Amino acid sequence: MSSESKFGEYGGQYVPEALMPAIEELTDAYERYVLDNEEGFMDEFRERLRDFGGRPTPLQRADRLSERYDREVYLKREDLLHGGAHKLNNALGQVLLAKYMGKERIVAETGAGQHGTATAMACAYLDVDCEIYMGRTDINRQRPNVFRMRLHDAAVNPVDIGSGTLKEAINETMRDWATNVEDTHYVIGSIVGPHPFPRMVRDFQSVISEEAREQIREKAGRLPDSVVACAGGGSNTMGTFHEFVGDESVDLVAVEAGGSALTIDEENGLAPHSASLSTGEDGVLHGARTKLLQNPDGQILESHSVSAGLDYSGVGPELAYLADEGRVTPVNVGDDAALEAFHRLSKTEGIIPALESSHALAYLEEAALGDTRDELGDLVVVNVSGRGDKDLDTVIEESDKRDLDAAPSMEVFEHGE
Amino acid sequence: MGSEIRDAFADEPALVSYVAAGDPDAESTKEYVRALVRGGTDVVELGLPFSEPIAEGPTIQQAIRRALDAGMTPDRYFDLVAELRDEVDVPLVCMTYYNLIYQYEGSEAQSASNASGETASEGPEPFVEAAAEAGISGIIVPDLPVDESDPLKEACEAHGLDLIFIVAPTTTDERLGRMLDRASGFVYVQGRLGTTGARSDVSDDTHGSLDRLAETDLPKAVGFGISERDHAREIVAGGADGIIVGSAFVDIVAEQEETADLLEAKARELKRGALDGATEVPEPESK
Ligand SMILES: Cc1ncc(COP(=O)(O)O)c(C=O)c1O
Repeated sequence: MSSESKFGEYGGQYVPEALMPAIEELTDAYERYVLDNEEGFMDEFRERLRDFGGRPTPLQRADRLSERYDREVYLKREDLLHGGAHKLNNALGQVLLAKYMGKERIVAETGAGQHGTATAMACAYLDVDCEIYMGRTDINRQRPNVFRMRLHDAAVNPVDIGSGTLKEAINETMRDWATNVEDTHYVIGSIVGPHPFPRMVRDFQSVISEEAREQIREKAGRLPDSVVACAGGGSNTMGTFHEFVGDESVDLVAVEAGGSALTIDEENGLAPHSASLSTGEDGVLHGARTKLLQNPDGQILESHSVSAGLDYSGVGPELAYLADEGRVTPVNVGDDAALEAFHRLSKTEGIIPALESSHALAYLEEAALGDTRDELGDLVVVNVSGRGDKDLDTVIEESDKRDLDAAPSMEVFEHGE
Repeated sequence: MGSEIRDAFADEPALVSYVAAGDPDAESTKEYVRALVRGGTDVVELGLPFSEPIAEGPTIQQAIRRALDAGMTPDRYFDLVAELRDEVDVPLVCMTYYNLIYQYEGSEAQSASNASGETASEGPEPFVEAAAEAGISGIIVPDLPVDESDPLKEACEAHGLDLIFIVAPTTTDERLGRMLDRASGFVYVQGRLGTTGARSDVSDDTHGSLDRLAETDLPKAVGFGISERDHAREIVAGGADGIIVGSAFVDIVAEQEETADLLEAKARELKRGALDGATEVPEPESK
């Protein structure tokens, strides 16, 4: 019983030969420990997620949003997971798996720093050596998370090449892994990369939809009309969708970063957005065939989003497949709308959401109040994939730049006596 | 089943030299390739730059960056190959990543693209056809393991190109078998784990891999980390039929001083090392 390496035509294992034995070893471990619960691996994982991670996370009715949008809105509170984002589900699963496999060293890449932080945290908790690769641009915009990784005793290696974001960090981590495959496991942070990563990461994240499905039936007495989650690589997305995929009546909406525009700057090889699921073309990157931001030659474009965690030129192959099948609806919202949603949730519900999650919330505003008002239905679940403390520097700067009305003014407190 | 590439290994240990096409520009690349051939290069590996070269170390990664910044594209690459083909008579091998092969639609056919990704219009065939027309003799794709290689293999067979596979120190015997079933031209023996880049010693992994390939009748060339005459000698003495050198040349290109002369001298040095190694091969004791 081997797990499929593809979702339709997407997925696969496009990596240097030096990594293939490690990937075969990992596939074997995935099938035994994750799928077959050998040695009670999944039981231990669940127990540790409960005790260390703080699961289950609540499904909270958002009273003011419900009123504003004239429908029932529920928030899945992954921001309350230990570490402040859904990323721990996967990091804990993979670091534990690496221990079962006898690996001594963990490497990981990070964009927003949430995955790096979660991995560093899991490594400290499970006592494994940890090295994190992070683009220089991301280091500069996510300093609190860099410090958190260091607090957990992880080494943080800056990546200077290219735009210094997630894509470059992934390349660098692959290189490290290729050099040290024998004792090292690469904890990929989303449902991307070669098989078995997309399936395995999804399985670890599926706890989100397992809980949400139960919780919404308990609280609302039925399944939701739609489930909304932001999509960078797509791990919180598939985690939030997975248990609903079989429920035909439930619409699954993946919200990507529309950045500053949906155009492409061919000259500079740059896309001022990260909407690979809604605008990308089929191609091969980082070990998988999927939808990518690329030029007609196949060169990968630099992506952009105000949110570091969504700033990636690819997307998980399973999402690409489900989007083609019409099961997942890809949409996108821009930087400005995400920033407004950030302030709105902070003000109206007492929750400071991650800028990534703010994209999902911004779509709610657009869909519920705009022309497409009926598409969401009467009962909506939105995943709040993480909390926004890490984004405060960015939000202050970006709100200033835009003179955002929604942003609180700090003027009276400045230069005071 | 002779191929032009295979023939290049027939008489003496071969020097396979890599440069990134378009680093720092297409005209220079032609000059450098001519210099490498003057220095004794038997096969030229011409890198077609991809923006995400995950198998390369920093040296080649930067070369690829320079070439992309200077505007290298697959179509310009094929033009360059066609021009080189008229000037040098050693086989040219294309080294690139799968996305470029997969995306290529032919120079005028871009309008015929369709975005759904469902049709057979995407795939390696147009790339291989254009490569064959330009005069490429073989292809190496470091991010395409044997398990995903069937479509490319078919296209290569249809157009008479060799598909060259990389054998890593970690490659299992089972995978090695699958590779050898499909390989042609030569076997690329990755001398050590990790990425490309010049090193100062020869890894034990190299010797282990060569031992495992002893029975294989395809020529075996070792790459990753070779930069000096002594490495070349030791590797050939260890049973290799050739050496593959990239970063040591690319380092010279990066300096941009007397580049052609230095490339020629470096090639000559490495080729001599390989020849020295061949005379050192202990005579088989049997019979
Ligand atoms: C809070 C949060 N949400 C979402 C994401 C995007 O990742 P994914 O699409 O894999 O969930 C990140 C990535 O760092 C994140 O930190």
